[in-house]
Amino acid sequence: MSFVEYGDTIKDGDTAIVFLGHESMFPVKVQHGTVTQTKYGVIRHSTDLIGKKYGSKVTCSKGGWVFILHPTPELWTMNLPHRTQILYSTDISIITMMLELKPGSIVCESGTGSGSLSHALIRTVAPTGHLYTVEFHQQRAEKAREEFREHGVEHLVTVTNQDVCKNGFGVSNIADAVFLDIPSPWEAIGHAKSALKAEGGRICSFSPCIEQVQRTCLAMEEYGFTEINTLEILLRVYNVRTIGLQIPDLGKAAEDNSSSGFDSSSPSHQGSPCANLQQGTVQFKSGVPLREVVGHTGYLTFATKS
Amino acid sequence: RKIIFEKQWFYLDNAIGHIYGTTFEVTSGGNLQPKQEVEETTTETKEAGTDNRNIVDDGKSQKLTHDDIKALKDKGIKGQEIVQQLIENSTTFRDKTEFAQDKYIKKKKKKYEAVITIVKPSTRILSTMYYAREPGKINHLRYDTLAQMLTLGNIHAGNKMIVMETCAGLVLGAVMERMGGYGSIIQMYPGGGPVRAATSCFGFPKPFFDNLHEFPLSKVQSLLSGTFTTETLPADPEENALVEGESNGLSEEKQTSFQETEEEPATEGAMEINPTEEQDTMDINAEDVEFKENKEKENKENVREKQIKQWERRKKLIEAAALLREKNADGLIVASKFHPTPLLLSLLEFVAPSRPFVVYCQYKEPLLECYTKLRERGGVINLKLSETWLRNYQVLPDRSHPKLTMSGGGGYLLSGITVVLDKGKSDSSNSEALKMEEPSSKRCKLQDLPC
Repeated sequence: MSFVEYGDTIKDGDTAIVFLGHESMFPVKVQHGTVTQTKYGVIRHSTDLIGKKYGSKVTCSKGGWVFILHPTPELWTMNLPHRTQILYSTDISIITMMLELKPGSIVCESGTGSGSLSHALIRTVAPTGHLYTVEFHQQRAEKAREEFREHGVEHLVTVTNQDVCKNGFGVSNIADAVFLDIPSPWEAIGHAKSALKAEGGRICSFSPCIEQVQRTCLAMEEYGFTEINTLEILLRVYNVRTIGLQIPDLGKAAEDNSSSGFDSSSPSHQGSPCANLQQGTVQFKSGVPLREVVGHTGYLTFATKS
Repeated sequence: RKIIFEKQWFYLDNAIGHIYGTTFEVTSGGNLQPKQEVEETTTETKEAGTDNRNIVDDGKSQKLTHDDIKALKDKGIKGQEIVQQLIENSTTFRDKTEFAQDKYIKKKKKKYEAVITIVKPSTRILSTMYYAREPGKINHLRYDTLAQMLTLGNIHAGNKMIVMETCAGLVLGAVMERMGGYGSIIQMYPGGGPVRAATSCFGFPKPFFDNLHEFPLSKVQSLLSGTFTTETLPADPEENALVEGESNGLSEEKQTSFQETEEEPATEGAMEINPTEEQDTMDINAEDVEFKENKEKENKENVREKQIKQWERRKKLIEAAALLREKNADGLIVASKFHPTPLLLSLLEFVAPSRPFVVYCQYKEPLLECYTKLRERGGVINLKLSETWLRNYQVLPDRSHPKLTMSGGGGYLLSGITVVLDKGKSDSSNSEALKMEEPSSKRCKLQDLPC
């Protein structure tokens, strides 16, 4: 296992994702002799996990079962221990594409936070690229280093514990892209520019408030960044449901029986067996939006240094 | 070579040797390189009105006539000067607010100062361009949706991916960019051969194509049932000839684009963007010319060369079939004009357990059906039907607001993760077992309802 390479079987020391169903899952560190408690019972790592294939169904002590999944940055994002507010995969995906990241890219990031974006960046730039990530909170920096080691990606990332607004990224003229997720990104634009390669590169700043975006855009313009573009991306998830709608009784039942006078319902009850005229309902499949969705995460401001 | 872009024509010769991102101004026929930063033409009069209560639209505020402007243009006067003239001859300009003045200048600049920027091709540029210029060719796959696909599919170096697309090769190119030449891709194609018009715009180096395989969709069933042989291929001579022609053209095109990218990186892979509009495009006429040249070359090719290619093609096909037979692909990406359900039900067979798959569809309804069928089949978890909304913003001092919403038009995604299929379930391909399962999956959904 590694976050940057698929493996077939579960090994000692791996991080695996236990999938309980219905978006309920959690990560486990696989270790000989360890047990994990789930609502379906106990999982014994030595016998239930190690040596098994990723994607297997594992039966727990109470007879319930779970699936064990190979870790990916996306699954990690959904399950990681939060030390800060994190970026989710929807924002991460557009950031990755708009920063034009690919294997071999050198990226600077600040702050590291909980490492949600870091894992996705490392995945994309591996095996020849590198991530330089700066976190001013010492404990968080330390925790991130530990996680990268556990996940087998430490060779692809350098964590620096300093203030990016004051001290920059600790590197200059080597980055293809810079990402900023800090409260005052405008104070780091100058450092970002010097971290980027002389021949140019891309920058992205994530801010929840429009006032922050405003100041960042001004700073970017001042430092000669071009193609400044601010956008926002929102995810809509749909539940797939079979819905039944009652047909109103307009007193047409008698007519309907003698001739197929009720035209609008006849194709549906011929086409699908779901339509039940006796009960007076028509059933259909629908993608229903969730009752409550994320309305705003942050504005993403992109620009080019050329 | 002459290229037409946004009603302007020019030669790219002068652009060679400059770095990507250089801005050029178009003169009569050639390119000349202006300064990166044009010093702002500070309007000598900084006076401006506060509101528009006295501005009347009488159609006579511009003192220069249509013919005057045309005369200025014909004289070959710099666009910048024309804009200046227009401002000076506008009677209402001084009464406009400062913001309105800004807007006026910007609008005129867009029209009269033709500047183009040449940038390096990337998924970002190409997908934005295709969505703006040729949305029909990529099934209206918006660029943020493509970005989601790449992330949800965990596309990275070293993967063995299966890609089925009818998006002019844009999705394939995006996957290739993310894999950086590491790992392998098997492209499933309908008809005579894979379409890779957009793929060639990326200007990938040749080694990227070494592990790119293709396999005809029409042979999937025989491969799954184990009746696939290479002998079945030449049995259909007509189709084979067609395949030949197309693949020849494509590989030829690829080769020329390699040569050109090596020698003069600015020419072939180059994209022109119009910074005033922030809209990018790649010139299509240029491609056409090149295509004609290829055709001629193709005709000159002798028969033996064709035979060698045919043999090589067959060899590659056997390789692709062998890769698929291992049934251990690291992911599946589908973005096509076809109904996704049969594609997914068949192609998922080739994917290893605990791997992500993503299906794109322009419409939601086929994905609803796909969702239901996958639930019946089993072997998948974490199914998610989603859509993204993208909102662009104008950010200017005291003038920040959303630009435009793009909802609905970006298409829908169905994604999930494969798991080991239950032995009992996998054998029950008979309809009876499916009927047995159907109510249970429905019951599941009913249980979902309250939450």
